[in-house]
Amino acid sequence: MAGDGSGKDTAAEVRAIIDELYRAESRRVLATLIRLLGDFDRAEEALHDAFSAAIEQWPRDGIPASPRAWLVSAGRFRAIDALRRRARFDASLAALAVQIEGQTAAPVEWIGEETLEDDRLRLVFTCCHPALQPDAQVALTLREVCSLTTEEIAHAFLTAPRTVAQRIVRAKAKIRDARIPYQVPDRHELQDRLDAVLRVVYLVFNEGYSASSGATLTRHDLSGEAIRLGRLLVDLLPEPEAVGLLALMLLQESRRAARSRDGEVVLLDAQDRTLWDGALIAEGVALVERALGGGPPGPYAVQAAIAAVHAEAAAADRTDWAQIVGLYDVLMRADASPVVELNRAAAVAMRDGAAAGLTLIDSILERGDLQDYQFAHSARADCCRRLGRVDDARRAYSRALALARQEPERRFLERRLRELSYKGPALAGPT
Amino acid sequence: MRYLCLIYDEEKKLGAMSKGESDAFMGEYFAFTEDIKKSGHYVGGNALQPANTATSVRVRGGKMSTTDGPFAETKEQLGGYYLIEAKDLNDALQVASKIPSAKLGTVEVRPIQEFN
Repeated sequence: MAGDGSGKDTAAEVRAIIDELYRAESRRVLATLIRLLGDFDRAEEALHDAFSAAIEQWPRDGIPASPRAWLVSAGRFRAIDALRRRARFDASLAALAVQIEGQTAAPVEWIGEETLEDDRLRLVFTCCHPALQPDAQVALTLREVCSLTTEEIAHAFLTAPRTVAQRIVRAKAKIRDARIPYQVPDRHELQDRLDAVLRVVYLVFNEGYSASSGATLTRHDLSGEAIRLGRLLVDLLPEPEAVGLLALMLLQESRRAARSRDGEVVLLDAQDRTLWDGALIAEGVALVERALGGGPPGPYAVQAAIAAVHAEAAAADRTDWAQIVGLYDVLMRADASPVVELNRAAAVAMRDGAAAGLTLIDSILERGDLQDYQFAHSARADCCRRLGRVDDARRAYSRALALARQEPERRFLERRLRELSYKGPALAGPT
Repeated sequence: MRYLCLIYDEEKKLGAMSKGESDAFMGEYFAFTEDIKKSGHYVGGNALQPANTATSVRVRGGKMSTTDGPFAETKEQLGGYYLIEAKDLNDALQVASKIPSAKLGTVEVRPIQEFN
């Protein structure tokens, strides 16, 4: 080891580089180690051993030409070594060590960028395998792909860390025992499996964008993680729906600063558009065009296109509602659901007037599909309010309020109800 | 790795089939069994007689008791099984999805516990 002062500086620099590598690369290295070692827990252990080895050796020997490949190689070597040591107590581990060594006989140093990226994709698809419980898919993805701690995941989803830890342990056990393969699905099942991955990503985003219950309206970190995951997917597997989902998330995210004021909900039509993030909008709009580029558009791409129409309107009253209704028609063909139908009805209320919208909303409610859906009743209330039907509006807002779980939304509905009590002409008159 | 595919059907629904429908359904089963024999997945399999032929047995304190009927009364009943050899769960699920009853009832896929 160098005995002079400059050697010490270098050691600190090396340490900083290793810390940065851990932050930026540890998940890639882990993804490859899982494939090489065939087990999540063994790979986690190997990852930590590899970084310990780096901290020990790099200040002395210098930083290797390809740090990632070095880490993979060191992790694999140490895992085999650990299996050999434990084999003294459990003979089956010796055979496993030989097997792992044999399978990866080629030097790991040649591992290229492409292999590492493939491994990341394998990891995503394994974490989001439909044979795992949906809750477990989300927890495992955030833990293994995004590197969130169990505590962070628990905090984000308002559950106990022990519950999250159990979900992850059970999911890993099922992956191992039922032999869920570590692979990107074949072409013929790729679309279904990709849908499952996108569902997990969007669920994480929405949990961050509008927390499903509790006092805070947004949990920014989760949305950020979801967008990072979305970018990763677009880089690795640029399927139109992956591009569409990233566009949708970016366009929704662009409105974050305008969505609440002093902790209160601000609806789209009342938002200060100067607070919208122009860079995110530009990126989102460009991605929408890419997602709509060929073939019949998927549901994420169409929803992103709707968000883009809103984003491009200079003011709320200059929104192109005809185009939005048209896009909802496309969405109904791609992915029909009562909620999509409701959103279409709300757009019709803007294009053709509140009476036309109300007719559509009432026919959805009469079918009984959305009786317990807060936003169906608030949309109905909104149409009645605009038509001056104060009593009907009050009843519908009250119903929405009874169903609302989030504090800021409850306050918003209470405010609307209070405003209805003042039967001033400005509020009661149709517009 | 071996997996057991447990086939659950609603006996009432099968019983309500016409002769033609029932024959066609059996035909699908014969063709499926041939297919997985050819592909090398097949290890074994059988159809079971209806759940009303089942008898459940328990021994408590050295004393045997028997009761009429299956272990659990459910809407769908265990009606048969295939034991298959598959590369991994994805491979096993692909095979299970082609079992004719997957379209009507449910197929449960369980890995076999190997003891060495």
